[in-house]
Amino acid sequence: MSRGAWLVSRLLQMVPTFLLIGLAVFVLARLLPGNAVMALLGDRGSDEAVARLTRQLGLDQSIGMQLLAFLESVLRGQFGTSLAFRIPVTRLIAERLPVTLMLTGMAIVIALALALPLAFVAALKVNRWPDLLIRGVFQVGLSSPIFYVGLVLLTVFAAWLRIFPVGGYGDTFAEHIYHLFLPAVTLAFSLSAIVMRNLRASILSVIRAEYVDFARAKGLRSRVVLLRHVLRNALIATVTLVGLHIGSLLGGAVITETVFAVPGVGRLMVDSIFARDYPVIQALTLVLAVLVSLAFLVTDLVQMWLDPRVGR
Amino acid sequence: MNTPLLQVQDLRVTFTTGRGAVHAVDGVTFDVGAGEVLGLVGESGSGKSVTLRAIPRLLHDNAAVSGRVLWHGQDLLTIPDERLRAIRGGQVAMVFQEPMSALNPVLPIGMQIDEVLVAHTDMDRAARRRRAIELLGLVGIASAATRLDQYPHEFSGGMRQRAMIAISLAAQPALLLADEPTTALDVTIQDQILTLLLQLVSELGMAMVLVTHDLGVVAETCDRVAVMYAGRLCETGPVELVFNRPRHAYTDALLRSMPGDGAAGAMLTPIPGQPPRIDSPVPGCAFAPRCSYAEPRCTTERPVLTAYAPGHDSACYAATRLPARVEEGAA
Ligand SMILES: Nc1ncnc2c1ncn2[C@@H]1O[C@H](COP(=O)(O)OP(=O)(O)OP(=O)(O)O)[C@@H](O)[C@H]1O
Ligand SMILES: [Mg+2]
Repeated sequence: MSRGAWLVSRLLQMVPTFLLIGLAVFVLARLLPGNAVMALLGDRGSDEAVARLTRQLGLDQSIGMQLLAFLESVLRGQFGTSLAFRIPVTRLIAERLPVTLMLTGMAIVIALALALPLAFVAALKVNRWPDLLIRGVFQVGLSSPIFYVGLVLLTVFAAWLRIFPVGGYGDTFAEHIYHLFLPAVTLAFSLSAIVMRNLRASILSVIRAEYVDFARAKGLRSRVVLLRHVLRNALIATVTLVGLHIGSLLGGAVITETVFAVPGVGRLMVDSIFARDYPVIQALTLVLAVLVSLAFLVTDLVQMWLDPRVGR
Repeated sequence: MNTPLLQVQDLRVTFTTGRGAVHAVDGVTFDVGAGEVLGLVGESGSGKSVTLRAIPRLLHDNAAVSGRVLWHGQDLLTIPDERLRAIRGGQVAMVFQEPMSALNPVLPIGMQIDEVLVAHTDMDRAARRRRAIELLGLVGIASAATRLDQYPHEFSGGMRQRAMIAISLAAQPALLLADEPTTALDVTIQDQILTLLLQLVSELGMAMVLVTHDLGVVAETCDRVAVMYAGRLCETGPVELVFNRPRHAYTDALLRSMPGDGAAGAMLTPIPGQPPRIDSPVPGCAFAPRCSYAEPRCTTERPVLTAYAPGHDSACYAATRLPARVEEGAA
């Protein structure tokens, strides 16, 4: 199979995934306590109003028709109007999503910037003090709950030292980075610990591989041996791990955005759940699920780039 | 005789393992002359691979190495990393047993050749590419230019070993260390690869240390042979002398256990018993418990290497009691 064919089949695989996600969201909306009409009208709606709205929302149709209608509107990118904000859900999400994407993106960059070099140091000094120190510190990172890390950072760097703002997002790109720095560090904490541990273990196993000995036997500089032969092979396993953690990273964003009052979709999700803002909840669930699928796709592409055996 | 290219003197390698020290190589001494092919033989676990890897200092941290490995008079075990790096791959190259695990799975073959040229020559990119194509041609890989961009998994077993040989030859080393270069291959291509290797060695005037289990191969292809047992060197000498007039009881037993060895009427005799454990070295000769020529001092005193002919050394108290295998003047 050629790489192109592999890529096409990989993309086609996402179609049933998205259909299933859509179905799940549709069912979910109908499993939530109360129904949309009640939610929209509150307790005060007259019977007549309820009946009219039920018809308007298409809730008098058969469940099959409702599903088709739902899928159709999703495909057209229409998620209705937010009950709480009274603006189109699409617009609401379009405003908030970039914030969350930037937050998680920064978190990934910070996590990798910490984990990659430190994993190398730990693996090269295995069981000596640098390794023990690095592992110890990251162990703390791994076992601290994210809201706790967030609160500590907030107290120390924002409240006491006043180096960073307590919350918000700012207006310019530089301000965004400044405002999102602490939340991103918070979010990066556990990811970097996971990546560090995994990469360290994977470097330790790759470093014993015959091809690394052969690379040394060829008289290559240790920098070349480490970067070209060891790191690249060690990263193959780690990339998959990072991909798998994008989901929990978005989950972590919900908590982080709440702690730091960051106006992203995580925060929006929490607010919407409390407000029973069903259209927003539905749309967000869908968007987040699609994001996770896309993250898996990107993971696979990086994997394909790193490992020529994938997709051939 | 002029000074040998490589002199291994009293090489010792001890591994620290979870279960204590393992004396994998315990006082090994041999020479390799320029252009010479030395066969290194011995049972599995006798320390052949460890010896070979100790030469360019390829063993890992858990190995304590002592002795001397003289290359053009400088001790490879103590020279600075920078100088060692120029020798590795540039003057002393290695061919591993398993091409599948010795080639990096995620790099194209071309790059794996190219990096040797980058490390050891000052050719420009275009010259390196021409050289890489030439090398693949040299080892008998057809349509070399397309092959350069392919990955190891796109090669067959035999082709992979050819590619590894091409990589090792890239910087025109003077010595090739080949650790059972054919055992991982199909029987049908083992011969081809070995023939190729020997042909290249003689064409390019390289010396080679060839680790093998196959005494037949040694008899046919090597100039000299070194026999190892339990991490120790038993006997070393010109192939003809060692095979016709072994001076070590273990060599004698090995040759007897070899099927179709050419000695008229010689029966195939498997060596009774098991090789000793190497975690607790014995005071005497390691082979004594299995040796039919053993005398009392063999178990208490360790025999030292003694010369029996020019370049023919052995460490065995029974050396002079061993029968000659081929009568003087016989075919
Ligand atoms: N990295 C290591 N750590 C501990 N022990 C080792 C290590 N490498 C080799 N040994 C031990 O050293 C001894 C010699 O091993 P070596 O691989 O040199 O044998 P060999 O003669 O090459 O055998 P074979 O013919 O099977 O390849 C063996 O007992 C082996 O278990
Ligand atoms: Mg071996």
